[in-house]
Amino acid sequence: MAIRWGSYKVKDLYDELLRAAGRPRPPAQTLCDHLRGLNDRDIEEYKAAAETAIHVMGISFRVYHEEEGSIDRAWPFDIIPRIIDKSEWNEIEAGLKQRVKALNMFINDLYNDQNIIKDGVFPADLLSKSKNFLHQCKGITPPLGIWAHICGSDLVRDAQGKVYVLEDNLRVPSGVSYMLENRHVMKRVFPEMFNQYNILPVDDYPSQLYDMLCQLSPRQIEQPEIVVLTPGIFNSAYFEHAYLAQQMGAELVEGSDLFVDDNDVVYMRTIEGPARVDVIYRRVDDHFIDPEAFNPESMLGVSGLMRAWKAGNVALANAPGSGVADDKVVYAFVPEIIRYYLNEEMTLANVPTYKCFVKEDRDYVMENIEQLVVKPANESGGYGMLIGPHSTKAECDKFRRLIRRDPRNYIAQPMLMLSTAPTLIGNKAEPRHLDLRPFVLSGKDIQVTTGGLTRVALRKGSIVVNSSQGGGSKDTWIVDMES
Amino acid sequence: MLSRVASNIFWMARYLERAENTARLINVNSHLLLDLPKSVKLGWEPIVDILSAREEFYQHYEQADERSVIKYMVTDTFNPGSIISSLTAARENARTVREIMPRESWEQINGLYLEAKKHCQSVLTHRHRYDSLISIIRGNQTITGMLTGTMTHDEGYAFLRMGRNLERGDMTTRIIDVRSANLLREVTHEQSAFENIQWMGVLKSMSAYQMYRREMRLRINRADVLKFLLLEARFPRSLGHVLEQLQALLMALPRHDGPVEEVERLQAQLNQAKPQALKQEKLHDFIDDMQLGLIKIAEQISKAYF
Repeated sequence: MAIRWGSYKVKDLYDELLRAAGRPRPPAQTLCDHLRGLNDRDIEEYKAAAETAIHVMGISFRVYHEEEGSIDRAWPFDIIPRIIDKSEWNEIEAGLKQRVKALNMFINDLYNDQNIIKDGVFPADLLSKSKNFLHQCKGITPPLGIWAHICGSDLVRDAQGKVYVLEDNLRVPSGVSYMLENRHVMKRVFPEMFNQYNILPVDDYPSQLYDMLCQLSPRQIEQPEIVVLTPGIFNSAYFEHAYLAQQMGAELVEGSDLFVDDNDVVYMRTIEGPARVDVIYRRVDDHFIDPEAFNPESMLGVSGLMRAWKAGNVALANAPGSGVADDKVVYAFVPEIIRYYLNEEMTLANVPTYKCFVKEDRDYVMENIEQLVVKPANESGGYGMLIGPHSTKAECDKFRRLIRRDPRNYIAQPMLMLSTAPTLIGNKAEPRHLDLRPFVLSGKDIQVTTGGLTRVALRKGSIVVNSSQGGGSKDTWIVDMES
Repeated sequence: MLSRVASNIFWMARYLERAENTARLINVNSHLLLDLPKSVKLGWEPIVDILSAREEFYQHYEQADERSVIKYMVTDTFNPGSIISSLTAARENARTVREIMPRESWEQINGLYLEAKKHCQSVLTHRHRYDSLISIIRGNQTITGMLTGTMTHDEGYAFLRMGRNLERGDMTTRIIDVRSANLLREVTHEQSAFENIQWMGVLKSMSAYQMYRREMRLRINRADVLKFLLLEARFPRSLGHVLEQLQALLMALPRHDGPVEEVERLQAQLNQAKPQALKQEKLHDFIDDMQLGLIKIAEQISKAYF
């Protein structure tokens, strides 16, 4: 037998599938029994089946490569799923809804009355130094008062099994297509498991996204024109842009396909002439969407798009300026933000966070940087951060200098021992660290994906799960054990 | 449909068709040369002329020998019309229209490109040439079949077929032009015996030999071959067929007045000219007009839609 749970290491950390060596958690029992019964050849066959499915479905992402330019690579996929009990998931889902609802109220307040600042809950100083606060958006309330229509929040578990939100991605979060495709792959690879478990489906997402986008249309017509705006084929998430457009039956457009006329209306160039566009699901960053309003060098955007949006002639999802709330310093204030707008206590925990602009916190960070994870306020994708326990003295000193120079731009958190799940390394199951990115859609109501995208750090001991840095992914099963 | 997408799919089809036609051309010339005596020195230079590439070719090569010409047509990346360049361009265009084609067809196009890249060196040796070229021709025919059988026959499909047909029309006229010019050069008695073989070669390069036989039932002669390749509307690689297709495809699209007018003008010219009876010089001028007409159609399509 290839996989022996008896020798699987679960020590000083939380494993998603096993309580201890040889002892699967109740929802994982059936799966672990099945895996234990496999021999090397079975495992090879499963892996080959998954690889074929991925290859045939054309799932890929792009990595930038200096010599070869950019190339498509299949994203490593692990066939052992991660399982979460539905009762636990219900609590996480409720916590996410609460969080995203409050964040949207926060963004709308910042661009309008700024009551949260006037009431002394959020420091004015932080806002004035925020890179993602766009003064061009002041005084605007988008349809339904919602700014971040699509949010991807990264969740992790610590050694005790407690779930934390690690960060919120309110700009252009990606990965949902992999969540959907991973499920397709698993259905091809493990059809027998789907008979034995009550695994909740995930493939509703594209239609929910479509419906939500329709709600934003400025024209009240039966079939508003919805487009997905991509930076183009060289973007690392192009596969996803194309995938979502295809799944929604929307046009996939690039900046050059669109133009804004003198009446501030957006059109796309079609073989039948210009066609009016109502809603743009844009996957281009704020600073590139409109060379007229932001970066004049941008080739990716559409001149005049901000004019059209401000005039209410087109809806943008997410709204420009939403990124103000995924600043990691803002993250530290989320408990206060939820209390302020909803008058509720936060139900899904934040990781304890040291704000470097606060003197006591900064002093603590300087003293203990070797034990901490330091993150810049506005980077994503795992770039520009320091993992103290895995770093050299020189690297730690460099971050001390960076923090001293610009304290506003850094936060620090204790290093969590992220949970693990069994992952196939060769033909053996070994523990690897992982996180979870659920996606939250906000329109007339708030919807959360069933589970989300589980990303796994394939390198032993690593906690960096990003696809660009040696990460892979797993299917995420929310299982209903009661029915 | 987005103009950019329409344009990409149109060009994807053109490049795929170009790769196939170039492969056909090399294959047939290789065979032809094996049949002809050394005194009938056709060699590989006419192929360079078919591709209107004389100037560029001689910038890189001293003489039009077999190896140089084949290398130029198959593997040279500086030649935008080489098989490898065509497949690269087809693949890049396909990549950007992946979302409107069935998934398998993208896989197939990507696969054809990867395979050609891997094997194209072997075309330089006689022994593997035929198989490599046939696999490119078959590869493209598979794509054509897949798209016919699985892609919605919508506007995108119309642009695909327009691209394919324009490219076919272009290649058919090129082949006739250069071959007829060569064949009609003062024919000595010894060489005339080989004239049929050469017209047979022309037909074979377009997989037209068998169909010609069925249709004409005569021994091969210049006038009938010209008639078949230019006017036979039922043969899918003839110019007449290509124009008929373009006309029908355009009629189903919006804003077609400009391009349709151009197609119909060329159709009228083709039908009135009785090209089979034209002598060498006249035929050459006529083919020139046809080529210009095809270019004008492409311009009108671009103006109306892209």
